[in-house]
Amino acid sequence: MNLAPAPLPIVFPHRHLLGIEGMSPREAAGLLDLAEQAIEVSRQIEKKKSVLRGRTQINLFFEASTRTQSSFELAGKRLGADVMNMAVGNSSVKKGETVIDTAMTLNAMRPDILVVRHHAAGAVELLAQKVGCSVVNAGDGIHEHPTQALLDALTIRRHKGGIEGLTVAICGDIAHSRVARSNILLLNILGARVRVVGPSTLLPTGIERMGVDVFTDMRSGLADADIVMMLRLQRERMEGSYVPSIREYFRYFGLDREKLAYAKPDALVMHPGPMNRGVEIDSSVADGPQSLIGEQVEMGVAVRMAVLEALAAHLPDA
Amino acid sequence: MREGANGGGERPLVLENARVVDPSRNLDARGAVIVADRRIVAAGPEAARTTRPAGAEVIDCRGAIVAPGLVDMRVFVGEPGAEHRETFASAGQAAAAGGVTTIVTMPDTDPVIDDGALVDFIGRRARDETAIRVHPMAAITKGLKGREITEFGLLREAGAVGFTDGRRTVTNAAVMRRALTYARDFGALIMHNPADPDLVGSGVMNEGEVASRLGLAGIPKEAEIIVVERDVRLAALTRGRCHVAQVSCAESLEVVRRAKAAGIGITCGVSVNHLTLNENDIGPYRTFFKLAPPLRAEADRRAMIGGIADGTIDVIVSSHDPQDVDTKRQAFAEAADGAVGLETLLPAALRLFHSGEVEPLALFRALATRPAELLGLEVGRLAPGAPADMVIVDPDAPWVLDADALRSKSKNTPFEGARFSGRVLRTLVAGRTVFEARA
Repeated sequence: MNLAPAPLPIVFPHRHLLGIEGMSPREAAGLLDLAEQAIEVSRQIEKKKSVLRGRTQINLFFEASTRTQSSFELAGKRLGADVMNMAVGNSSVKKGETVIDTAMTLNAMRPDILVVRHHAAGAVELLAQKVGCSVVNAGDGIHEHPTQALLDALTIRRHKGGIEGLTVAICGDIAHSRVARSNILLLNILGARVRVVGPSTLLPTGIERMGVDVFTDMRSGLADADIVMMLRLQRERMEGSYVPSIREYFRYFGLDREKLAYAKPDALVMHPGPMNRGVEIDSSVADGPQSLIGEQVEMGVAVRMAVLEALAAHLPDA
Repeated sequence: MREGANGGGERPLVLENARVVDPSRNLDARGAVIVADRRIVAAGPEAARTTRPAGAEVIDCRGAIVAPGLVDMRVFVGEPGAEHRETFASAGQAAAAGGVTTIVTMPDTDPVIDDGALVDFIGRRARDETAIRVHPMAAITKGLKGREITEFGLLREAGAVGFTDGRRTVTNAAVMRRALTYARDFGALIMHNPADPDLVGSGVMNEGEVASRLGLAGIPKEAEIIVVERDVRLAALTRGRCHVAQVSCAESLEVVRRAKAAGIGITCGVSVNHLTLNENDIGPYRTFFKLAPPLRAEADRRAMIGGIADGTIDVIVSSHDPQDVDTKRQAFAEAADGAVGLETLLPAALRLFHSGEVEPLALFRALATRPAELLGLEVGRLAPGAPADMVIVDPDAPWVLDADALRSKSKNTPFEGARFSGRVLRTLVAGRTVFEARA
């Protein structure tokens, strides 16, 4: 009798998920389809699957996060993994250990999956080269945040029936946003028309060559948009360095009902969270009927389950 | 600007027998100007052939020049904070007497103009106190500290026509880059004073032989040239618009000339002082000639005139900077910079016309038309439909400046006792006479 579990289907032919860069449309769609199944699992009372039973998942967050870390933790647990959270505050990183030394130490504990967030672009990839397990990028600097882009795409797909041909306006601090970069890449892969909207001080140089149309005012940037995706503006950037003040930013770039009216009547509003109400988004919109912000969180768990499951297919003995 | 008591019901006005100078149409010809409902109906030879409107008031200009009222882009008024030096009322009277119909005020007041409410305050004060047009510029950086940019969008909505740190220079290139970048989104003009404060150091006049003989610390030209070169590069990088508030030496002018030829969004101004005076005028430590930037060598002055003649310099300003006795009756090194200039701007500028160096068209282009264009104002021209802001000036009338007769509250003029050819006969704002010389 063969007691080994049936081999997992290969949806995603890579050992790590480090970014959207290089992902094929087929791979992206495969992950989204897998996530659809995960939603069903998550909506049952018995939410457990056993794909990761006996596996160890370590969440290594060099940068504090509540939302993403707990989302990955839940995803791992629902797949049956043993999940450990490494909070940086308690770790030897604070004592001066390099990122590679930390990775090697953890690697010696033989985890199966490492979920890593780091404040420096490229740090997660560096770490992935040094460990023997699968690595998921949970955000590296202002480079990529692939699971956020996937969950956004899943949310859009479920509401609009598809992504191809939709006009998506990503608004706000594009320059400092890993969410924007991953979304620009993924939405292009999936055939959307992508726009970025923000003051020129928050638009990175050369962005127009990344497959987007660039706008510096909300009226033209949101005109006929199907999706309005707002980005968080960090507090230290809103006091005169990149934009002069909160009130001026809100006046010209904060999404309120008036600006949302420039978009299509059935346009949907998204935000990766955490929101600054009264800075980039008005409460009437954030809590309004066009908002998908709450649903994005639910999709986050499903997408992360899908990613973990897809990577599990490449684990030794899987 | 105060509206006349007779409001919109004013009689039409005809200025006859005039030499009409309108740089917006390259027009310098004998003719007439017809005004109705505060705007120009016609100006030039064709206006002289048109039938006068019924009931029109007719003014015989006796061959005098009729030109667009001057637009002075760099005026320091003491209000708020230094009302003993100048108020909107006194500055407005001085401007009107000098043929200046629009002034642009600088934000280095107390408090600094870096908030929409203060821009609004200036607008209201100016409306109540003066008959000329007053447009404030707001600060580029909060508190003029050179660190955080101000609310360009909200300040523009409140009425700021541009952004400048006034006498200050934004030394941090990253801040300047961001200001130019952010301003571009709002189509806002950044006017920047180019003087590296570290190179200026304790300098009080142009660096060179004259300063060395006088025993005064010098200000090298490089303090200006380096900032102008930096700003040119930042304007190219950001594709923003940068206006150099004042150039004073040949080398900075050359930098601007090359940048313009390369299509970079840079423009520049010069003060009338730097077109008509040089460092030798300081003579025995005369503090009324202590200016910022300092008066330079004669070769620089001649280069400035060349810049006006060929259009490299866009704008002539008075750089009107009232200083009281307390700041000027001091040892040269300890005295404040600056000179009043609203009343002498046009007569002094006409010296270039009398010396045969600059034609009236080029002169009034730099005094009225270009500054209005840069600021996005509809004044500065006599084209049909334009607001009837005009100066009538007899370019040949001789007079001698008596500083005590100046309308400014402060009398710190470098032209005390100067002989001028060219007298403002009448100044009109929106067709209404706001100044008329005594016959």
